[in-house]
Amino acid sequence: MKRSALVIDDSRAVRFVVSRILRDLGYEVSEAVHGAEALAQIQAGADPTVALVDWNMPTMNGLEFVQAVRSEVRYADMRLMMVTSETEQSFVTSALEAGADEYLMKPFTREILIEKLAVLGL
Amino acid sequence: MALDSLEYDYVRDLVRTRSAIQLDASKDYLIDTRLARLAHTENFSSVNELVAQARRDAAVSKRLVEAMTTNETSWMRDAHPFEALRDHMLPDLIEARRSTRRLSIWSMACSSGQEPYSISMVMRDAFPELSTWNVRILGTDLSTEMVARSKAGSYSQLETNRGMPARFLTRFMTRQGIQFVVNDEARKGVEFRQMNLVETWPTLGQMDVVFLRNVLIYFDAETRRRIFAHLRRVMAPDGWLVLGGAETALNVDDHFERVNLGRSAAYRLRSPR
Repeated sequence: MKRSALVIDDSRAVRFVVSRILRDLGYEVSEAVHGAEALAQIQAGADPTVALVDWNMPTMNGLEFVQAVRSEVRYADMRLMMVTSETEQSFVTSALEAGADEYLMKPFTREILIEKLAVLGL
Repeated sequence: MALDSLEYDYVRDLVRTRSAIQLDASKDYLIDTRLARLAHTENFSSVNELVAQARRDAAVSKRLVEAMTTNETSWMRDAHPFEALRDHMLPDLIEARRSTRRLSIWSMACSSGQEPYSISMVMRDAFPELSTWNVRILGTDLSTEMVARSKAGSYSQLETNRGMPARFLTRFMTRQGIQFVVNDEARKGVEFRQMNLVETWPTLGQMDVVFLRNVLIYFDAETRRRIFAHLRRVMAPDGWLVLGGAETALNVDDHFERVNLGRSAAYRLRSPR
């Protein structure tokens, strides 16, 4: 089964770059501009293998999205990777405690994203 | 002024003689870029001047050779060897070493230290009981600059991003300004020293696991055979040898046999020394 990814970021440029990398890697990619839109997609049936989640977004930020997804057992298999310019370790700790599986600091290269996906077993 | 063919030949011969690293003509671009950087940091007016000085100054020629080493590395590089370490090699060795409570692991050509520190992190994360053991993780590299960087254990955000699992970042690294620094827990038992694989090996003690990854590809067949012969004397009879994904001991040294370990493989000595 083809792997799928959901890219959640309020920056169109970031969504464009990340989505392109993921498509090159063979992922089916969908996008959302904030956590609430992403959550709505998932609740409507989207089942991404991995969600790449920005932190600072309007309406619902990335941490809130992670908390919402992890509160539902049916989404337990979905891997959640924060992709953010927040690089203080307190943020990393908060994200992991909320249920994120991985944390990718911006800026990053294509190779770094690939290595982080490998950490997730993808 | 660009190096001429005689100067390229001199550099290639020097690097091969001192480190056994093979640089063919297709690698001249590497010579250009690496030596340009070295010439700049050493305040030579040109690469030609640097090469001329290397011919008469042993310290400069040593730095020239070190500048030609490839220092590509990352955390948990290639992932599967570290899974194999955690899921197969360490459980076996821990059981076998319960009476001595000692483990020694060698990361050869460790570059800026991410591999030995990764080994330390994997061990401490998966086997907390090892905190009371005598665990030694040795990292060696030809380059004195890389040894110094390894000892410092300080990495940029980009370097930290490369392969570091987030939970290891929070447990084993400390943010200091814009750098991420390996903490005391992950440093415990980890030591670094400069070492040239093609010169006389110092006495290092017996090794239970040896990581020699993505190094042999730079050497010719005879150098590889000599390194494997050294390893036979250094490795514990039940020890493990981990090579790079594109490397093999097969047809190089028949004393080693390949063992599949999950999604990875490693080598063991076929029979006791």
